[in-house]
Amino acid sequence: MSRIRKRHALAVVVLAAAVGALVVSAARIQAGNAATGVVTKIGKGEGRLNLVEWPYYSDKSFAKPFERQTGCIIHRKDAGTSGDMFSAMHANGGGGGGQWDLVSASGDASLRLIYAHDVKPIDIHLIPSWKDFIPVFKSPAHNTVNGQHYGVSVQWGPNTLIYNTKKVKPAPANWNLIYSKKYKGHVTIPNNPIQIADAALYLMKKKPSLGIKDPYELTQAQLTATVNLLKQQKPVLKRFWNYAPDEITSFKNGDVWLGAGWPYQTLQLQANKFPAKEIVPVPTTGWADTWMLASKAPHPNCALMWMKYVTTPKVEARQAYVFGETPVNPKACPYMNKIQKGLCNDYHLNEPGSYFKQIKFWKTPIPQCGWTKKQSCMDYNAWVQAWAQVTG
Amino acid sequence: MAIDAEALSAGPPLRRARLSLSGLLWRRPWLKALALLTPPLAAFLIVYIGSLVALFVASFWTINSFTATLEHTWTLANYRLIFSSAQPYLHVAGLTLKVAALVTLVDIVLALPLAYFMARLASRRTRALLFVMVLLPLWSSYLVRIYAWQEILAHDGVINWALNGIGLPDTNLAYSNWAVGIVFAYVWLPFVVLPVYAALERIPSSYLEASADLGARSFKTLRSVILPLALPGIVAGSIFAFSLTLGDYITPLLVGGTHSDFIGIEVYRSIGSSNVPFAAAFAAIPMLIMGVYLLIARRLGAFEAI
Repeated sequence: MSRIRKRHALAVVVLAAAVGALVVSAARIQAGNAATGVVTKIGKGEGRLNLVEWPYYSDKSFAKPFERQTGCIIHRKDAGTSGDMFSAMHANGGGGGGQWDLVSASGDASLRLIYAHDVKPIDIHLIPSWKDFIPVFKSPAHNTVNGQHYGVSVQWGPNTLIYNTKKVKPAPANWNLIYSKKYKGHVTIPNNPIQIADAALYLMKKKPSLGIKDPYELTQAQLTATVNLLKQQKPVLKRFWNYAPDEITSFKNGDVWLGAGWPYQTLQLQANKFPAKEIVPVPTTGWADTWMLASKAPHPNCALMWMKYVTTPKVEARQAYVFGETPVNPKACPYMNKIQKGLCNDYHLNEPGSYFKQIKFWKTPIPQCGWTKKQSCMDYNAWVQAWAQVTG
Repeated sequence: MAIDAEALSAGPPLRRARLSLSGLLWRRPWLKALALLTPPLAAFLIVYIGSLVALFVASFWTINSFTATLEHTWTLANYRLIFSSAQPYLHVAGLTLKVAALVTLVDIVLALPLAYFMARLASRRTRALLFVMVLLPLWSSYLVRIYAWQEILAHDGVINWALNGIGLPDTNLAYSNWAVGIVFAYVWLPFVVLPVYAALERIPSSYLEASADLGARSFKTLRSVILPLALPGIVAGSIFAFSLTLGDYITPLLVGGTHSDFIGIEVYRSIGSSNVPFAAAFAAIPMLIMGVYLLIARRLGAFEAI
């Protein structure tokens, strides 16, 4: 009997050792890093393209023709939040894990992906439409570092103030209402650390003494002041919305009367005959999405073909219509109006250059402050912790 | 025996090998046990214990906040952050614990009479019907049911519609911790009813008759006979309800309000910012709580009948 027990014990020890070895090797893989090299020519397609994207970002209505033209068959992984997107790309050793080719990263994830070496630079001249882009989207700070383009801008949108026209009277004119007590218990804002920037932008005007120059570059004192504003705002809120459809539900069910959101949500509500409208109070924050190339992309040629394809005016117009956002290529304007009259104007694609100065596009907070040239700004990790203080 | 030996030597080589293997297993029973147990044991150790060990080890590492790469230096920083007074994490853990305990209690109170009726009073047909009703929700996706509750609890939802119908004012249940508690109690209820039912069904009727013969009234029988014998089932059910609440993040994310950060949400958020070590440290808290809970349950004698 005791011999049997000993042998069993031996088996257990062997298995435990195997477990230990697994843990250590998994950790090794995590520590590995991908080499980067800029491709200067688009070669033959690999027959496949794997995307991490916002749901419906590569809508079948324009993805199917691409597949037919290039033979690159698209496989998709939906990501509901920037966090989901980042962790999908950073998993399995990072760089897309050798599985993903492109990610449709918003500005609050793109710099994180760049500094984590999960994406690699491209030769922007391989994308012919790029020279036509609205100037702010050619080399924006959220996807271009030291002159290197880590992907190509694709679409953008302002963060808007959505309101129920039956309940909110008179119509709001600026962001002040979501911080005031007037509609207490009927307000919603996104559950996203980048929302801190919206409050910082509000304080920029309200409290000039704080010296906020850029809502994404906050010192410790400025971040603390912003978090305090958000904590004061909390009793005004009904909820923090997490996934884009949740905000639509909250409006429809009468729980929420006004809140920060995106044009997509307003369009969905209006499509359902709900009395919702939106304004774009300026200055405001906004987002811009970039198709970024994974540093371990297994199908780089198909990926570059896709970047080339989606930035052409016609496809840009189509995507804008399907997804509820604005092209970076102004040549899409006539195509938009062809899809639906006045669409180009509705989506602010024909605004003058001064308009874009009013929109502070999302970018991941990093320690480097552009305005002081010092490493004194709070990084994204600090923002995540600060946001937990607001929601917790 | 002689025939057997002949068959052994005369058969084709494959058959001979098989016979000699079975002979070996017959002569050495421990070998048979080892062969049988190794696959499940290996799965248990590698998949189950292994992932827990990996989790625990990772909680003492940290990430580079700039490149989000793991740094394999041993540190207590994650735990220090959880206990830091500047951050709300202890409050979050306390809230989760409180809601989990309340949800468990509510589920037990709901499950006991239902399970008792099913096990001892209902006719066979009624029992089958009740079983279907208890299990029916499990046939549909958990996510769909939470979204259904969103519609029920909403301002313009079913509850307020019914209340207004009988002339009562609106409730403000949507997007609150009440909503979270109600939905939790609903989704975990089948997991409490089933073990309680199993425990109650096992009590022999003769015990109840003996109790009555000895002069105990129904309340006394319930307290001194039924409840102690049903305790293992109740504890098993409570472990389900309690531990599932401790780890869940979807329910508070979808029906929670502005004060509904639970342990699961903090873990989910940390993964989203790629801070796996912090998520691991936070996930160690429910493990610790469950450990204490199981110790208390053992003290109460919940595992003696197993």
